[in-house]
Amino acid sequence: MSLKRNIGDTILAVDQISLSFGGVKALSNISFSVNEHEVFAIIGPNGAGKSSMLNCINGFYHPQEGTITFKGNTRRHVSPSEAAREGIARTFQNIALFKGMTTLDNIMTGRNTKMNKGIFWQALRFGPAEKEEIEHRAVVEKVIDFLEIEAIRKTAVGTLPYGLQKRVELGRALAAEPDLLLLDEPMAGMNIEEKQDMCRFILDVNDEFGTTIVLIEHDMGVVMDISDRVVVLDYGKKLADGTPDEVRNNQAVIDAYLGVAHDDEE
Amino acid sequence: MLFLLETVISGLMAGVMYSLVALGFVLIFKASGIFNFAQGVFALFAGLALYDFIAQDGWFYGLFGFVLPVWLGIIATMGVMVIVAWLVELLVLRHLVNQEPIILFMSTIGLAYFLEGLGDMLFGSDVKPLNIGLPSGAWDYLLDNYNLYVEKLEIVAAVVAAVLVIVLAIFFQKTRIGRALRAVADDHQAALSVGISLRMIWVIVWSVSGFVALVAGVMWGSKSGIQFSLSLIALKALPVLILGGFTSVPGAIIGGLIIGVGEKVAEVFGGPYVGGAIENWFAYVLALAFLLFRPQGLFGEKIIERV
Repeated sequence: MSLKRNIGDTILAVDQISLSFGGVKALSNISFSVNEHEVFAIIGPNGAGKSSMLNCINGFYHPQEGTITFKGNTRRHVSPSEAAREGIARTFQNIALFKGMTTLDNIMTGRNTKMNKGIFWQALRFGPAEKEEIEHRAVVEKVIDFLEIEAIRKTAVGTLPYGLQKRVELGRALAAEPDLLLLDEPMAGMNIEEKQDMCRFILDVNDEFGTTIVLIEHDMGVVMDISDRVVVLDYGKKLADGTPDEVRNNQAVIDAYLGVAHDDEE
Repeated sequence: MLFLLETVISGLMAGVMYSLVALGFVLIFKASGIFNFAQGVFALFAGLALYDFIAQDGWFYGLFGFVLPVWLGIIATMGVMVIVAWLVELLVLRHLVNQEPIILFMSTIGLAYFLEGLGDMLFGSDVKPLNIGLPSGAWDYLLDNYNLYVEKLEIVAAVVAAVLVIVLAIFFQKTRIGRALRAVADDHQAALSVGISLRMIWVIVWSVSGFVALVAGVMWGSKSGIQFSLSLIALKALPVLILGGFTSVPGAIIGGLIIGVGEKVAEVFGGPYVGGAIENWFAYVLALAFLLFRPQGLFGEKIIERV
């Protein structure tokens, strides 16, 4: 499946990242790199620092050490809105949708960084602001079409079933036309059918739009199936990275997952 | 019958004034979950600032030797309110992100007293008759033909409030910034992830509520002069909000009207039996009844917790 896509150069390089909260080290000296158009998975047991890693990449957390290079732009600290403007979009482990708003409005917020007409036009949705709304609405309709959620366009998302909410959240991220899409457990809590749908959407996004995807997932079957490369974290440290096959056969990884002889001294 | 009609109309007009203040509360509460106790003082402050830009005895005249025309004065006052909003974000809100609602609420009480003191210091505490050329007196047509006494100013206030609500509704429902405001109100983290800047949104929302306060200040000021008791309308807006629901713009309007009419009618027709002064407590008793039987208000979002 990965034959069709051209895996490009490095788009995201994480270099020696360390993050701690007070005395607790969430991440220590993590380095890895993600290539353009790749599906890249971060795996590891609970509390391994996977979500913290995503939060560093999109600017929610500010690591104390190390740098993150995105599209040739190296820095340690970035604000979430800067990250969004540079082309990083994400979804959350616990769905973070705007519950009172409709599916359409939720996905429209994803266009936020692409819309720039001033508040004076916006105040009355007049002139350029009106034209802008219509243009962006077209993109949003494409996303809705792509994710097959036409039927719930005008429904308040708070009332939707869990699987559909996850899909709307993906839609909001896609609406930003990101270069890098971060998915935090996109399939958590889903049944088999919903998981298959989600897998298909992730692969289609990657295939059709060439979007680079970094995802966190616990379902090993899924991870090994859809990822090009995998990095394994445990207790904030990197155990291994490589192709699914390499990682599967790595002794450190096997130990971590089977719970063999962990040194608890730290 | 005619008398009842007159009472109802004058109640409606008073209600429009309450609604204008309540509207400012709702805007800030929707976008940031903060109950801004200083909203009434905002209206006072805006009124005072406007007065000083356009009146002969204001300090602007003292400084520059001329006064601004009314329309320019209003724009300048709007500028002042944007600066106030920006300072509130910079000096207060920014440092209280993720704090408990009660802490934010207390900070707005502090803000209210600070602004009141500042207003007193800058502009003096005497009652200032604000005259920006709005029509006054009775509407002759109704008086002559139906013997109905309706103040022109009150009609103007009603029209202005209606226009304001329509503009705000469009702004909130149909534009990017409106959507961003609702998004921030709903989920801070998700809003950040799509590139919405919280600070920007807070400055905008406080500016918009400053603008609403300006309209309220101008209307009250034209009716009964700008005085410090204006800041006490904040307390009258409270039952309006409980009636209408804290998060509903239409609720603020309807709630204001119900309270305006209710207290006037109760005063005029019930007053003689209990010795009057019903106007002073009617709104609060009504609010209490609502708290007991419909705590989310008429239009508020019903709170359902899934377990």
